[in-house]
Amino acid sequence: WATASTPSPSPPSGLCSPPPPPPLSIGSDQVRCRGFDLTFPPISLQPVGEAGADRARAHGRRISGQTSLGIKAANGVVIATEKKLPSILVDETSVQKIQSLTPNIGVVYSGMGPDFRVLVRKSRKQAQQYYRLYKETIPVTQLVRETAAVMQEFTQSGGVRPFGVSLLIAGYDDNGPQLYQVDPSGSYFSWKASAMGKNVSNAKTFLEKRYTEDMELDDAIHTAILTLKEGYEGQISANNIEIGVIRADREFKYVYKVNYAVFTAT
Amino acid sequence: PQIFEYNGSAVVAMVGKNCFAIASDRRLGVQLQTVATDFQRVFKIHGKLYIGLSGLATDAQTLYQRLAFKHKLYQLREERDMKPETFASLVSALLYEKRFGPYFCQPIIAGLGEKDQPFICTMDCIGAKELAKDFVVSGTASESLYGACESMYKPDMEPEELFETISQALLSSVDRDCLSGWGGYVLIV
Repeated sequence: WATASTPSPSPPSGLCSPPPPPPLSIGSDQVRCRGFDLTFPPISLQPVGEAGADRARAHGRRISGQTSLGIKAANGVVIATEKKLPSILVDETSVQKIQSLTPNIGVVYSGMGPDFRVLVRKSRKQAQQYYRLYKETIPVTQLVRETAAVMQEFTQSGGVRPFGVSLLIAGYDDNGPQLYQVDPSGSYFSWKASAMGKNVSNAKTFLEKRYTEDMELDDAIHTAILTLKEGYEGQISANNIEIGVIRADREFKYVYKVNYAVFTAT
Repeated sequence: PQIFEYNGSAVVAMVGKNCFAIASDRRLGVQLQTVATDFQRVFKIHGKLYIGLSGLATDAQTLYQRLAFKHKLYQLREERDMKPETFASLVSALLYEKRFGPYFCQPIIAGLGEKDQPFICTMDCIGAKELAKDFVVSGTASESLYGACESMYKPDMEPEELFETISQALLSSVDRDCLSGWGGYVLIV
C-alpha cells in the first residue's frame, strides 16, 4: 500500500484526509482494480450510503465488489458468486472465488481477491490449530469468531489496513447448517439468506420474497442462481458464476455441473 | 530420590454399564513421612468429566488448575461442555508442550460421552494416550492395581457392584504399597 505518500489533491471518491500519525493514506485509485472498487474511510468508521438499514453498512464498511450470496436451507447451505473476469483471455478455471476452509466449511467473498486469499490461509491455519489441540473439527461458529477477530485486529493495529472483503462462510456441523457474513470491521452475523457486493439491496429483496424456512437445498440452489441472474449484467452461464454447496454429509463441494435449464427459465 | 515416588499416589478408573467409577487414595507424603491423610487427587472438570492425577502433588494441582482454566474458557466460547475424548486430546497436547521439562503426573481421565457412553483413558507424563475399555491405573501402586483390577473386573457392572469392585481393588493394592493408602475416595457417575 502507499507508504507515507502525500494524498492526491482531490480524492475521486470523497475520502477523508489522512489522520494524524501514522501518516497512512489509501487513495481509492490505489485500491481500484478492474471490475470493482473499494471505498472506505481510513480510521473512523463513518456510515456511508443511503438509509437502506443494511446492518453491514451501518458498521461503516461498504464492500462493492462482485455480487455474492448465500442461502441456508433446511438440509444444507449454498453459496454462489458471479465471476466476471476482466477479459475473455483470462483462464477462468484458474480463478476460484469459492474456497473451502475445512472439509465441512466453505467461503465466498465480495471485494479484493488478494485480501481474500490471505484470510483463507489464516482461517485454514486456525482451523488446523484447533484440530491439533482438541482432535475435533472446529465448529463453524468458532472459526467465524476467530476469522472475525483477525479482521478486527487489522482495524485497530498500527500500520495495517482493514481487509477489503466481506465473507460469507457456509458450514455444516453438529448445530446443523449455518451461514455467517463477516465484514471488514470484524462484525459477523448469522443469516438465513444474504447477499453482498454491488447488487446487495436488489438481491436481498429478491431473496426475502423467495426464501422459506423449510426450503430444500435444491430449491435453494435454484433460487441462488435466479438471484444472481437478476442482477447480472450480460448473459449468465455456467462459466461466469461459481456455486458451492454443503449438505448433511458435511462435505463442502464445489458445483461444477449445473442444470442449464435453470439459466433459461424465468 | 525418584520424582514419581516422592508424594505417593494411587488412582484407578473403571467402566461399568452406562457409568464409570474413578478412585484414588488419600495419602500425601514427603517420601517416607505422611503429611496429610485427606489429599484430593480426583478433580471435577464438569458434571460428566473427572480427572485423576497421580505423581508429584504440586504438578497434579497446577495441571488441574490449568485444565480447569482452559475448560472454563471453552465452555464460555463454545457454550457447551467438553467431550471426554476432546478433553483427553487437550490434556495430551498440554503435556507434550512440556516435553523437555514435563509435569511429573500421570493423568487418568474418566467421563461420560455422547449418549452417556463411559470413556476412560490414561497417559504418561508427556501425553501418550492410552485408551482402555475396562480399567486404567496409575501411581506408585500401579502394579498391584493392575493385578487387582484384572482379577476383580467384570464388564457391564451396575453402579453398586462397580463401587464394591473398585473399592476392593484400590484398598487391597494400596495395602501392598507403603507410599499410598490412608483410605480411599471413590466417585461413581
